[in-house]
Amino acid sequence: MAQTKNSELIKNPLNLNNPITVQVLGICSALAVTVKLEPAIVMAISVTVVTALANLIISLIRNTIPSRIRIIVQLMVVSFLVILVDQVLKAFMYELDKALSVYIGLIITNCIVMGRLEAFALGNKPLPALLDGIGNGLGYGLILVIVAFVRELFGTGQLMGFQVIPEGFYNIGYENCGFMLNPPMALILIGVVIWIQRSKMKELQEK
Amino acid sequence: MEALNLFIKSIFIDNMIFASFLGMCSYLAVSKTVKTSVGLGLAVVFVLLVTVPVNYLLENCILKANALVEGVDLSFLSFIMFIAVIAAIVQLVEMVVEKFAPALYGQLGIFLPLIAVNCAIMGASLFMQQKAFDVQAGSMAGGLGLALVYALGAGIGWFIAIVLMAAIREKISYSNVPAPLKGVGIAFIVCGLMAMAFMSFMGIKL
Repeated sequence: MAQTKNSELIKNPLNLNNPITVQVLGICSALAVTVKLEPAIVMAISVTVVTALANLIISLIRNTIPSRIRIIVQLMVVSFLVILVDQVLKAFMYELDKALSVYIGLIITNCIVMGRLEAFALGNKPLPALLDGIGNGLGYGLILVIVAFVRELFGTGQLMGFQVIPEGFYNIGYENCGFMLNPPMALILIGVVIWIQRSKMKELQEK
Repeated sequence: MEALNLFIKSIFIDNMIFASFLGMCSYLAVSKTVKTSVGLGLAVVFVLLVTVPVNYLLENCILKANALVEGVDLSFLSFIMFIAVIAAIVQLVEMVVEKFAPALYGQLGIFLPLIAVNCAIMGASLFMQQKAFDVQAGSMAGGLGLALVYALGAGIGWFIAIVLMAAIREKISYSNVPAPLKGVGIAFIVCGLMAMAFMSFMGIKL
């Protein structure tokens, strides 16, 4: 693990070791905030910031944490960071913070953060840990953006709140698929993303 | 009557898994066999029943604006307090169960530590905060009752969801699923279809 190149620490989680589709972590929030693109992007940035900084901090103090209470220490560091993120969002993007409701708070229990802390930050130097955090945050964000893109485009015909599908389409009988906005479609879309990814990369397929 | 409505609503309409996607990680990881999923489901119900009322009291007696000291609003601390309470209680529950109910511990044992980071537990507390039960019930004690009912409903909803899912996955393991979909992929799609079925409860007005 220690020998992996730094660039790979960022690249791997985007595809081959994606936190959502391969490690199957952090799905709760991934599904709930993907109705529209804008909250999905904000959520992706928040998670990236929290994962990266938490990885960095835990990695800096990894030798001083007694292993018996490490979970509590990790939770405290993470919730401290999440409170910061939440306060920043409340101050500058109040409407969006309301739209994300409990899911910002749930970054604390987001398995990506805890998973990376346990699996990587506890055993690695600060710089690789920081990069690993950024990489995993981005990998998570990538899936979020893909799913939110599809759901908003087909569900409302808009992207980021702007009308994308031209008026003419509606005149000739095109209709928005309102079902895309309902919770089940998020699950099915992620299933389809996994399907596409695994049919491209045979080594990921389960026996 | 209000309590009964809330109970039914939190089981079926606001189902933790199918409506707000909470606790998906352990839901997908542990739902491979019915036996283990029953164990985890019970543990979730149990921990919810303890943590939500405790967090309710914490929220109303300490964190809320003007609750502890006049003019002081500590609600920005709620995340850190809730998670600390949950982590501590999970540890405590684990020790108590081990001491007094070894048989139950044998069943729940390995799942209890997992639960501290289960989003369903934290999520239920945050939803409890959002729903402001003390305003709904008109008094703090009444709100505590509603919080308890909500915790039970949310837990049972989660329990039902994971046991159903495990039963389906047990059957799926015998069927011929396309190779790229095997494992997690098909689990997501099955879960999506189940969520559609649960959507039909949404029309019920309580």
